[in-house]
Amino acid sequence: MNNSLWSDALYRLSRNRAAMFGGFILILLIICAALAPWIAPYSYSYQNLSLGASPPSADHLLGTDVLGRDLLSRILYGARISLLVGFVATGVALIIGVSWGIIAGYIGGRVDSIMMRIVDILYGLPFIIFIILLMVIFGRNLWLLFGAIGAVEWLTMARIVRGQVIGLKNQEFVMAAKAMGVSNISMFRKHLLPNILGPIAVYATLTIPQVMLLEGFLSFLGLGIQPPMSSWGTLIKDGVESMEEFSWLLIYPGITFTITLFALNFFGDGLRDALDPKTSDN
Amino acid sequence: MIAIFFKRILVAIPVLLAVASITFFLIKIAPGGPFDADKAVSPQVLKNLNEAYNLDASNWEQYIDYMSGLLRGDLGPSFRFPGRSVTEMIATGLPVTFELAFYAILIALVMGIFSGVLAALKRNTFLDFIPMAVAMIGICVPTFLMGPLLVLIFGINLEILPVSGWGQLPGDKILPSLTLGFAYAAYIARLSRGGMLEVLNQDFIRTARAKGLTERMVVIKHAMQGGLIPVVSFLGPAIAGLLAGSFVVETIFQIPGLGRFYVEAAFNRDYTMILGTTIFFSVMIVFFNLMSDLAALWLNPRSRDVS
Repeated sequence: MNNSLWSDALYRLSRNRAAMFGGFILILLIICAALAPWIAPYSYSYQNLSLGASPPSADHLLGTDVLGRDLLSRILYGARISLLVGFVATGVALIIGVSWGIIAGYIGGRVDSIMMRIVDILYGLPFIIFIILLMVIFGRNLWLLFGAIGAVEWLTMARIVRGQVIGLKNQEFVMAAKAMGVSNISMFRKHLLPNILGPIAVYATLTIPQVMLLEGFLSFLGLGIQPPMSSWGTLIKDGVESMEEFSWLLIYPGITFTITLFALNFFGDGLRDALDPKTSDN
Repeated sequence: MIAIFFKRILVAIPVLLAVASITFFLIKIAPGGPFDADKAVSPQVLKNLNEAYNLDASNWEQYIDYMSGLLRGDLGPSFRFPGRSVTEMIATGLPVTFELAFYAILIALVMGIFSGVLAALKRNTFLDFIPMAVAMIGICVPTFLMGPLLVLIFGINLEILPVSGWGQLPGDKILPSLTLGFAYAAYIARLSRGGMLEVLNQDFIRTARAKGLTERMVVIKHAMQGGLIPVVSFLGPAIAGLLAGSFVVETIFQIPGLGRFYVEAAFNRDYTMILGTTIFFSVMIVFFNLMSDLAALWLNPRSRDVS
């Protein structure tokens, strides 16, 4: 791996205040989500029915919902689900997209044109509808949600990786490795993959907010995460139902979700600029 | 151009047939029949229902039946609303969704292109920073949050606009169209800013200025034609996104459009309705993608001679 590229990138990233701020918020969120059972003031399902929906107070910093559940705790536990969906589904997309792109780009020829034709065709289809279809047919299950979202988001990744691999394929070190009889597997692992990690990292960071939006969208329609589990999407859905009287139930989960998306986008943009200074002009 | 058009259509037809077939068989393997309602139906009634809807036939027979209906534009009866066909329901919902999408796109194009072009022309001034910051908000605040927030502000707190409905109260179309259009305005603003910046540095713009054209002519006649190609290419895929947005907006504002029908069908397990709308949406999206690709091709002189 080229060390100076990464240390240069790190330096440029550290100079980008918006990206650093985004990264800081993300790390904070991940820590909060991981430690939710210890730092949340109440359990996410603890109900205090006599309290009902109460506005923010000293006991309940962000208030309580109609069942008297502490909103702050529910947001913290919701972070676990929302971030988990974001990262796992992006991981699924990453695995499919990177393998697809490397194989198509490296083998080339007819295999490449068939594989990329499939990607083109899939691009043109209304995938959101297929996710809804799968959720309806196979039930609303968290693992299926990961798989379905991941299976949709890999297309762009495949295109990016294929383009990169084609660029690398004709370089001397790859030809040399080939001439020395390096097997395909170690060619992918040792020579191709390390050289395309940059674009992969950038695109993965920018895919996470897309995936979280998709999960929020499905949960908002009632087709995603099911109670008693809650994600930020379901909290917003609940908030909308009672926003006329208890507006804080919509506003606080909404702010959390938006800030997270901001942080991810800023960090992803910063990472892209840091790794590829040429594009940072636009 | 015409050759490309026919080539693309030829590819689209088998793809759409495959989509229809896969959806059909996916729904066949779905657990639970369409008549597994909350109230148990007596076996005799169930048998009659199955007979009436041709559910006793083998899957292949049903498939052949469905596909031949499809070619005639008949999407079968709705399982949940007796006496109504899926085609009929699409025909009722479609005009509403189209109207909503039309206003949304209009808002997005006007707001997006205006602020994007302005930002590019006034680069690195506050006329650039402010619209781009607003655009970032538009991209990061999801529709399902933007809609309720607009309702909360304009409908409930200020009480100046109706909070739901479509065409019943004056002004009730404003909030839904704005909700749906805003995110696209943001994307379009960013795309047109990027596209314009690229074009404004090119030689033909310098030539136009050197000829002594007014700045307005340079921008409108020369720069915008090339600078807005990314926006045109974006419109096709945006239609797919608008569709998903319409699910949310029609649910929030209780608009009787196709999007809400689809979400309701998904909840009610109205399988024929889901199948029919899925096929219909796919056809529409493939069509709009084709149109936007062709428009972008036609606008870009460099790609006219190629292939």
